[in-house]
Amino acid sequence: MFHWLEKRPFFFSVVLFLVIAFAGLIEIVPDFAQASRPVAGKQPYTLLQLAGRHVYIKDSCNACHSQLIRPFKSETDRYGPYSLSGEYAYDRPFLWGSKRTGPDLHRVGEYRTTDWHENHMWEPTSVVPGSIMPAYKHMFHQNVDLETAYAEALTVKKVFNVPYDKPGHTKLGTWEEAKKEALEEAKKVADDMKNQDVKDAVARGEIPEIVALIAYLNSLH
Amino acid sequence: MQNAALEYDYTVAKWFTYLAITFGIVGMTIGTYIAFELAFPELNNLFGQYGTFSRLRPIHTNVVAFGFTLSGIFATFYYVAQRVLKVSIAESKFVHGVGKLHFWLYLALAAWMVVSELLGFTTSKEYAEMEWPLDLLTVVVWVLWGTAMFGLIGMRREKTLYISMWYYIATFLGVAMLYLFNNMEVPTYFVTGMGSWMHSVSMYSGTNDALVQWWYGHNAVAFVFTVPIIAIIYYFLPKESGQPVFSYKLSLLSFWGLMFVYLWAGGHHLIYSTVPDWMQTMGSIFSVILILPSWGSAINMLLTMKGEWNQLKESPLIKFMVLASTFYMLSTLEGPIQAIKSVNALAHFTDWIPGHVHDGTLGWVAFMIIAASLHMAPRFYKREIYSKKLMEMQFWIQTTGIVLYFSSMWIAGITQGMMWRAVDQYGNLAYSFIDTVTVLHPYYTIRAIGGLLFVVGLFMWAYNFVKTMQSDKVLEKEPAFASPMGA
Repeated sequence: MFHWLEKRPFFFSVVLFLVIAFAGLIEIVPDFAQASRPVAGKQPYTLLQLAGRHVYIKDSCNACHSQLIRPFKSETDRYGPYSLSGEYAYDRPFLWGSKRTGPDLHRVGEYRTTDWHENHMWEPTSVVPGSIMPAYKHMFHQNVDLETAYAEALTVKKVFNVPYDKPGHTKLGTWEEAKKEALEEAKKVADDMKNQDVKDAVARGEIPEIVALIAYLNSLH
Repeated sequence: MQNAALEYDYTVAKWFTYLAITFGIVGMTIGTYIAFELAFPELNNLFGQYGTFSRLRPIHTNVVAFGFTLSGIFATFYYVAQRVLKVSIAESKFVHGVGKLHFWLYLALAAWMVVSELLGFTTSKEYAEMEWPLDLLTVVVWVLWGTAMFGLIGMRREKTLYISMWYYIATFLGVAMLYLFNNMEVPTYFVTGMGSWMHSVSMYSGTNDALVQWWYGHNAVAFVFTVPIIAIIYYFLPKESGQPVFSYKLSLLSFWGLMFVYLWAGGHHLIYSTVPDWMQTMGSIFSVILILPSWGSAINMLLTMKGEWNQLKESPLIKFMVLASTFYMLSTLEGPIQAIKSVNALAHFTDWIPGHVHDGTLGWVAFMIIAASLHMAPRFYKREIYSKKLMEMQFWIQTTGIVLYFSSMWIAGITQGMMWRAVDQYGNLAYSFIDTVTVLHPYYTIRAIGGLLFVVGLFMWAYNFVKTMQSDKVLEKEPAFASPMGA
């Protein structure tokens, strides 16, 4: 019946490709422009928050935590208002996660404090008895890679028109300015922490990963 | 050459088989380790930051999906293609060279992937975690495979492409398209001259990124775990059983049906997310329709055994393949059920999902690759398979492992989903999140034991394979079908 096609490998491949590609075209293209529009008041991440986001990604926190609240009463009761498309407009990549071994974090900044995160990352069971989360002690003595975060912020500003430095939006500035700004922000986070090594490091002008990560988690709301 | 039997060259096929065995053991041992971590969290900090569940989980999925499975697929490809196209790869120095280069670059890529992900280089996108330089190398590896494939097709003596070839071509095209679009990213170092040169940022943001990712993510399953494995069973089951494929028409219907329907189904990963409703509905509906072409292939395979069911008792190889088909049917029924909106509301984010993935990957994918490698071994080395008994034992141990795995995860997932939504008489949430974690401990333990059994089976496989290579039970000539087995 289709033998004629099976004798023409090149033509077969072309037909096959069209059949495979069809669904992607229909599903992805129509909504593309609309879905990238931010909700009103949405701000791009500050440099420190972005660096913290990199820590979150580096340790694959998204393997166990989602950042997507579904429109069910049980979820809005537990985590807060359900998620909207425009809230993710500056998320590259998205971090919805596909499995909740731990709870959702999309609005974790609303109900957890710096202090809580600090204890949780150092020894999860100290704040959540029965927790199966690993301790992330290395984040307390490993410094964050601020330069790569700056490179990313600058890239999205240049390539994707993310409104850094636009009136009413997050300030990025030059590398020197941005670094200073990030350190100021880091000091505020460190002030609420009790780990002396972290406080000392920030006083020296270094930023441990934990500080950036907490700045990021606090920004989630 | 005209009348003489063709001498096929199995060099590349053998290499990839060794790699499949190695990556199978490595990837699934890591998987078992992280399964134990969920049950016994103290294990997380044995190797500092490099041993946590979160850091190892992407390495587990990548080594199994793209190390073990792809190696198995490539191994069978370099074996099957020569035979169904009636051409030896050694006839063309160029194609032979491309095949060898394909292997070495692939091995280099795999090693680089493991090291870079251990160090924390990841894009965070599931099953597409590799950073941009590795993505580029992946493209090179893929093009090399395509070159070998179309090179062999160009040289062929058999005019009509056998059905396995359709599926290999589909794998090549499908993955190429999906991979390219999903991994579009901008290396930040090249734009700014600052920071880590390995780092990149996704071309898409938020909802769009999710949409492209799951269009890829689900269909990576399609074109790595389904399509090429069907290629494998369509060749190896008829060969091993000596039975013709049951129906040509059914294979046509299921092939083109699968190709058309599969990509629509990716949307089922995004049900109740922020992508538009119509897309979620499409994902849901097409996932259910997907049962037809999937069961079409599986039934076609099972009916191939019509009148020859006694072989199931006599040959462990046939056992592996028939059970693989059955697991494929189970998995492709379970998936659509999970894609129904109301079920998805319960199942999404729970352990039922990894449960589903594993009955497919362990029962269908791994069993087919194991069976194919043991069908090839006597033809590679002109020796009998070392031990039939060992294969029987492997089959039962691994089957037990899979059953423990998916049944514990079904219970765990549904328990978790029910507890998340449970409310008391006043309408308040009945459980805190941690209640839903601690209750899973026994199921996590059972799952880890299931994984351990499967890994034990893999070691038996490796042992049997190596012993076959060294065996003194030499075959005079290549067996026509049924692989000869020792004690």
